[in-house]
Amino acid sequence: MQDLSNSDCIVIQGSNMAECHPVAYQWVTEAKLKGAKVVHIDPRFTRTSATADRHVPIRAGSDVVFLGALINHVLSNELFFKEYVVSYTNAATLISEEFQDTEELDGLFSGYDDDRGAYDPKSWAYASKEAEEEGGTDDQSGGEIGDPGSGHVHGEQRSEQAAGDQHGSGGPPLEHARVLRDETLQHPRTVFQILKRHYARYTPAMVADTCGISVDDFAYVARAVTENSGRERTTAWVYAVGWTQHTLGAQFIRTSAILQLLLGNMGRPGGGVMALRGHASIQGSTDIPTLYNLLPGYLAMPVAGQHDTWQDYIGAIGSKKQKGFWTHADAYAVSLLKAWWGEKATAANDWAFDYLPRLTGAHGTYQTTMAMLDGEVEGYFLLGQNPAVGSAHARMQRQGLAKLKWLVVRDLNMIESATFWKDSPEIETGELSPEDIETEVFFLPPASHVEKDGTFTQTQRMLQWHHKAVEPPGDCRSDLQFFFDLGKRLKAALAESTDERDRPLLDLTWDYPENEHGDPDAEAVLREINGFHLSGDKAGQPLSAYTEMKADGSTSGGCWIYTGVFADGVNRSANRRPGQEQNLTALDWGWAWPANRRILYNRASADPEGNPWSERKRYVWWDQAEQKWTGEDVPDFPPNTAPSFRPEPGTGGPEGIAGDDPFIMQADGKGWLFTPKGMVDGPLPTHYEPQESPVANPLYSQQSNPSRKVFPRKDNLWAPSANQPGSDVYPYVFTTYRLTEHHTAGGMSRWLPYLAELQPEFFCEVSPELAAERGLENGGWATVVSARSAVECRVLVTERMTPLVLSGRTIHQIGLPYHWGVGRDAIVSGDAANDLLGVALDPNVQIQESKAGSCDIIAGRRPRGEALLRLVEEYQSRSGTTALTGNELRTTGDGS
Amino acid sequence: MDARRTFLSWPVVRQVRSGDLLGRGPSVTSQKTREIEPRTSSADRVVQSVCPYCAVGCGQRVFVKDERVVQIEGDPDSPISRGRLCPKGSASEQLVNSPGRQRKVLYRRARGTQWESLELETAMQMITDRFLASRRAGWQDRDEHGRPLRRTMGIASLGGATLDNEENYLIKKLFTAAGAIQIENQARI
Repeated sequence: MQDLSNSDCIVIQGSNMAECHPVAYQWVTEAKLKGAKVVHIDPRFTRTSATADRHVPIRAGSDVVFLGALINHVLSNELFFKEYVVSYTNAATLISEEFQDTEELDGLFSGYDDDRGAYDPKSWAYASKEAEEEGGTDDQSGGEIGDPGSGHVHGEQRSEQAAGDQHGSGGPPLEHARVLRDETLQHPRTVFQILKRHYARYTPAMVADTCGISVDDFAYVARAVTENSGRERTTAWVYAVGWTQHTLGAQFIRTSAILQLLLGNMGRPGGGVMALRGHASIQGSTDIPTLYNLLPGYLAMPVAGQHDTWQDYIGAIGSKKQKGFWTHADAYAVSLLKAWWGEKATAANDWAFDYLPRLTGAHGTYQTTMAMLDGEVEGYFLLGQNPAVGSAHARMQRQGLAKLKWLVVRDLNMIESATFWKDSPEIETGELSPEDIETEVFFLPPASHVEKDGTFTQTQRMLQWHHKAVEPPGDCRSDLQFFFDLGKRLKAALAESTDERDRPLLDLTWDYPENEHGDPDAEAVLREINGFHLSGDKAGQPLSAYTEMKADGSTSGGCWIYTGVFADGVNRSANRRPGQEQNLTALDWGWAWPANRRILYNRASADPEGNPWSERKRYVWWDQAEQKWTGEDVPDFPPNTAPSFRPEPGTGGPEGIAGDDPFIMQADGKGWLFTPKGMVDGPLPTHYEPQESPVANPLYSQQSNPSRKVFPRKDNLWAPSANQPGSDVYPYVFTTYRLTEHHTAGGMSRWLPYLAELQPEFFCEVSPELAAERGLENGGWATVVSARSAVECRVLVTERMTPLVLSGRTIHQIGLPYHWGVGRDAIVSGDAANDLLGVALDPNVQIQESKAGSCDIIAGRRPRGEALLRLVEEYQSRSGTTALTGNELRTTGDGS
Repeated sequence: MDARRTFLSWPVVRQVRSGDLLGRGPSVTSQKTREIEPRTSSADRVVQSVCPYCAVGCGQRVFVKDERVVQIEGDPDSPISRGRLCPKGSASEQLVNSPGRQRKVLYRRARGTQWESLELETAMQMITDRFLASRRAGWQDRDEHGRPLRRTMGIASLGGATLDNEENYLIKKLFTAAGAIQIENQARI
């Protein structure tokens, strides 16, 4: 975070940092005071824009066009950082002859399968020697080239999986990394030349017509980022959910990653792509995942048909022949299984691998909601989340809750998800009534953050211990205690069971020291996460680093990337050497994974010979005298691998990392401009329109992401897009956002008197032009109608909203903060903006598109009771929408 | 008349003596105000913590008096936040102490129209029973190809991004051992 103050230029896009992460914004201010340029690219003018050098308004959902045009600008004008790009990225790598680009197939990449609505990525692979009779030179040897696509993953299941976030600590596996390279970058099938062709039509004119950004504004940003990148200067990109919440959200972020690699800004001080996350431990709950598709440390949950045996599983998560630290994934997985099943996990039973349940597709929160509606889910736990207000299509969420047999809500306050049965909007419309809802609801109050010990992992992977200050009041208990207690009760209830299905529960290690109130010792849990030596001289001692983990059952550890947080028996997350006594990196405050590194891939902050790219951007370098890497941070590289080191061709693992392979978690040690594997919707980001859009895709007849996840249902209708009949019924774009004074669905803010008073009411932001067009008055009421629902809000008429002109046509955007919900318990309540959203998902990460939708806006309050349903139906009928509208995946070619 | 009240305590004289020429400062301060001490200075102890809202991870200092949190302020030692907190972090004392916070277990029965009170112990046992029943009802041993699944589709969970790593760890560990896979949190949203 502090490192942003080292930037010479900061582009904030898809984030309103000054209002949503205001304390972190002090580092942007510090950079600005030192002369850095700050640019804010966002549909709305906010405090971030006000403090930036320039605000560039953009149409929601068009970011790939803008970023793609910057890539094109950098490539066409030779503004990339050549030495960095050639040495540290896969620009020189050759791609398979089979690969066909969206420019050739009108918006599809090769490998699209209409039946599955998904890609087989085989043709995106790195070129293999067998297919090559001409061209290219082998990387380091004349040896043969393997198939980079792992044979263990079959296309059918692959596309159903959330894939991108499985690579949270490194890239996907390749069989090995002996690739063909042309370091002159001239071969037509080098990644570099493919990139050039792919983005050739992403021009300033295309940006103007698609994003609504003037040629002048584009030139300003292009100049700012290229003038502030290179040996002497670095540019940082900052984003938040304004990028992730799209049907191609992961590709938004990929586009900026490509640009930052081309400009040589990755792994360097003041560079990088910074994700600003919104919850205290949302990074931690991804690392130690309460997510369906992951095990701790980004190990995959096993999938039926792909990982039926231990050998299948280990082969799929990391090949022994690829480079880098993922080759030891077997040691990480065995250590995890030892942590969970102790002595019951043995070599003979494949470390109890069969105890793990198997996935058969995507089981994300939205799929689960639909399973509730279908009566397949009986019981549900809500742990500090309020989906009745905070999830997309909140109406569908509430209706799902009403179908459960039982619901456990653990929250500090009486949130709407706990009271839906008596005061939800569906009670008012008559769709639900308390007397008909079978759901039993248990409300169990939790301890607050000051009433328990534990760690949060903040947005830059740093674990910080928070100390318990007081005991929790009344029935309040920590979630640690709740789950420890529940586990003990489940084990006791099944103690006599001989059913094989109960073995994983009965054999589970589940004994933590507890205090007089039954609250387990959080440090004991963190020690288990860190891991131990189980045998040998050091038996019982904590592991110091994940490199000590073994695949032979002699170590345990619950999350390999967190190993080291308890090195030498010291809880390093509780390190609190004051910042003023340290340098900016502040290595003695908290502990960041992996190995307390603060900037990932920081070997790239030195040139291929190991010297800093410049004195000004000195960070990590090779100390020739000491024969080791050193610097301001913990070097993210094998500590004694010299810059000149070249491994024997074909060497796998960390020993296979050459001295100039900074991206040590990638299977080939290089930063990936082109992703031969790992992204399910294409190896390069390509612009597609949102699921609902007033604009026809100007680049391809393929309108939207052809592999996005859609759910054609009568309760999930979409406005017709582009120029289709009925699209004028919902003529405006809406985008949702957060305010400084509230926290997501309000569970931690709408019950606090100060915060409720500061932001009491749901409102919409509209431009004076739209207000005039629709007769809206500042301070008056408006009703916003989508194809799912209608909500009412106060009107804020403001020039902060800019009508955008695209090819002569004006597009109005409406801003909607989404913190309020309908209920009687909060200090402030109101309609929920999330009621307007439908469910369509990014195929990589299964995240919903909530940053761009279509709506109408009319003056006045919404109708009450059943009349509300009639208003929504009247709009649906007028637009002609059906369950199929917007759900056609392929809109280009004949589809055969 | 108060014996201590002399010519020197006349208002205008006070203003001149104290340098408070506009009469808005110490010269007009009441005895009550003079005796007020910041809660932070009278606290029994100060505990280091971390803000529970967004993921910036600002340092907090929690001031405790008589086993009650009396104030939460920014921690100047934090190299990330340098003592600052946003409106949410600054209000977090109310998150702990607000009268609206629920402190008791409540129960709503099927088709019920109001909350009922319930002992925590009873609630835990009822939840355990329901967990086992739904786990059984949604159990799947194998898929249609005979491949092992060893899971239940009867139980799901949402939440974790506001919880501690240690809590997420126990949640994932327990649910996975029980065969429940539909475990999600805000990171998906």
